[in-house]
Amino acid sequence: MAVKNFVVGLFDDEAVLFPAVKKVRTAGYKLHDVYTPFPIHGLDHAMGLRESSLHTAGFIYGITGTTTALSFMSWVFNVDWPLNIGGKPHFPLPAFIPITFELTVLFAAVGMVMTFCYLCQLMPGVKKHIFHPRQTDDKFVMVIELTEKTNAEEVKNFLKASGAHDIEEQQAEAGWWFGRFDKDDEPYLRKVKPVNA
Amino acid sequence: MKDQFVVPARLKKTSFVLMGVGLLTLLIGLIAFKDENATRFWAGLLQNSSFFLLITLASTFFIAATTLAHGGWQIAFRRVPEAISMAVPALAIILFVVVMALVFGGKEHIYHWVNLHHVHEDPILTWKAPFLNKSFFTIATILTLGLWIFFTIKIRNMSKEEDGWDLKPETGKKILWRNTVVAGGFLVVFTLSVGSTTPWLWLMSIDAHWFSTMYSWYTFASTWVSGLALISLFVVYLKKNGYLTYVTEEHLHDLGKFMFAFSIFWAYLWFSQYMLIWYANMPEETAYFQPRVWGEWRPIFFLNLLINFITPLLFLMKRDTKRNYSAIVFIAIVIIAGHWLDFWQMVYPGTVKQLQFPWYEMGLGLGFVGLIIFLVSNQLTKAALVPKNHPYLKESIIHHT
Repeated sequence: MAVKNFVVGLFDDEAVLFPAVKKVRTAGYKLHDVYTPFPIHGLDHAMGLRESSLHTAGFIYGITGTTTALSFMSWVFNVDWPLNIGGKPHFPLPAFIPITFELTVLFAAVGMVMTFCYLCQLMPGVKKHIFHPRQTDDKFVMVIELTEKTNAEEVKNFLKASGAHDIEEQQAEAGWWFGRFDKDDEPYLRKVKPVNA
Repeated sequence: MKDQFVVPARLKKTSFVLMGVGLLTLLIGLIAFKDENATRFWAGLLQNSSFFLLITLASTFFIAATTLAHGGWQIAFRRVPEAISMAVPALAIILFVVVMALVFGGKEHIYHWVNLHHVHEDPILTWKAPFLNKSFFTIATILTLGLWIFFTIKIRNMSKEEDGWDLKPETGKKILWRNTVVAGGFLVVFTLSVGSTTPWLWLMSIDAHWFSTMYSWYTFASTWVSGLALISLFVVYLKKNGYLTYVTEEHLHDLGKFMFAFSIFWAYLWFSQYMLIWYANMPEETAYFQPRVWGEWRPIFFLNLLINFITPLLFLMKRDTKRNYSAIVFIAIVIIAGHWLDFWQMVYPGTVKQLQFPWYEMGLGLGFVGLIIFLVSNQLTKAALVPKNHPYLKESIIHHT
C-alpha cells in the first residue's frame, strides 16, 4: 500500500469514455481504474484486464462441497452410526443427492462471495479512497496513475482532449485501510510523501 | 453479404439419401416384424415420430419464449428456428397417422387401454377411462396438433410479411406487439399440451397403470434441449457456409449456455421423478422403473444419464467450448442422440420389453433427420436470413455476453 499521485477526469457518457480508455492504453499511460455507475459490457476488455479467475475458484469450491457432503454422509451412515431407515440400504445414493447438491451450491456461493470480496478488496471496516463523490452516482471517472515518466500537465491536456472535464491532480492512498465510509476520516497516511512524486 | 440461402447440392443429396435409408428401414421393418413382432414396428414409429415432432416444435417454443421475454440477441438467426419450426406440419401429420393407427388399429401391445375388455376387467383402467379413451385421445391429438400447426405457420408468416414493411417507429411497435400476442397464445397452448396432457396421452399411456406428474416436464426438457441443439447445428452449418454474417461467437456462446443449462434441468427432472418413486417404494409406481433400473434396460438407463447430463455438464462448463463451432457441433449431436436414446428407453421397456440393438429405430431416425434437413433447407430459401425490419436487430448485431 502506498500513497501515489493521480490525475482524475470525469466523463458524462460511456460513448466518450470508451474511446478515451482505448486512447489511454495506446498512449501508454498507466490506467489506475475506471469507476462507472453501472456495469459496462466490454469495458474490462477495453481496459486490458485479464479474464477473472473467479469461476475457476467457484468450480473448486463446488467440488469441495460435493466431496464434503458425500463423504460425510457416507461416513455417518456406514461407519459411525449405521441405522436402518425404512429398509433402505446404508448407502442410499438417491437420498444423498439433494443434500449433496445443496452443499455444492452453498460452498460455491459462499466461497465465491468471499473470493470476490478478497479480489476486490471489499470488507466491512475496510475503506478505500474515493476519487470523486459522483463516481458511482452519475459520472464516469477515469483515474490515471502518474509515474516518473509521465508529466501531470501532459496527462491533464490529454484527458481534456479525450472529452473529460473537472480534471484534477490528486494525492491518494492506492490501497485500502481500516476505516468507515460514513465517517469523514482522512487517510492517516496523508502526510506521507507519495512514492511516485 | 449472402442473405439468401441456396440449398447446396450436397445437402440435398444427403437429405435424400437419409430419407431413402429411412424408407428402406421402414420397408424392411414391415417385412421383418410380423404378427407378434409387429409391436416393434409400431413402437419404433411412435418413438421416432413423437421425438422428432417435439424437437422441431421446440423451435416454435424458442421463438415464442424469446419474443415474450423481449429477447433481442436471437434476432440475427431468428429465421433458423422459424425454418425448423416449419417442419412441424409434416411431422405432425406423420405422428397423427401413427397414433391413429395404434389407437384404431387395436395395437394393444403399445396402448393396452385400447382394448375395451382389458378396461372393463381392470379397475385402474376403468377409473382412468374418462380420460384414457379413444375419442378423448383423438380429439386431444387433433386439437393440439392443429393448434401447433396454426401458431407455427402464423409466427412464420408474420415474420415473412414484416420484411416487406417500411421501417418506421410505428411499424417497429406493431411488429413487437403482434409478435408478443401470438407468442403468448402459443405458450398457453404449449404449456397445456407439451407441458401437461400430450406426453401423458402419447407416451405415458403405454404404461397405463403407472403415472407420474413429472413425466410431461421430463419429456419437455428432453425435447427442448434437443431442439436447442438442432437450432445450434443449423446455425453453425449456415455460418460455416458464409451465411448469417451477424452471428458471432457471442450468439453461439448463448446457445451453448442454453444447452448447458437445460441439460442440467433435464437431469433435475430425471432425478426428481426417480427419487420420489424410489423413496416411497410403492409397487404401482416402481413398476415403471423395475425393467429400467433392475431389468435388462439397466445399462441404457444409466448410459442415458451419462450422455445427457454428465457429458454436457463437463463439456460445456468452460467458456471456450461454448464459443467453439466444432465443439458446439459435437455436443449438439451428442445431445440429440442422447435424447433419442432417452425416448427409446421411455417407449420400449413397456412395449417391446426385450433389449435389442436398435438398428430399425436408428434407420427410422436417420429417415426423420433426412426429412428435417430437406424441409428446413427448403424453408430457409423462402425468406431472407436476416429479418431486416425487426426492431431488435441492432441489439442482436452488437450482442455481447
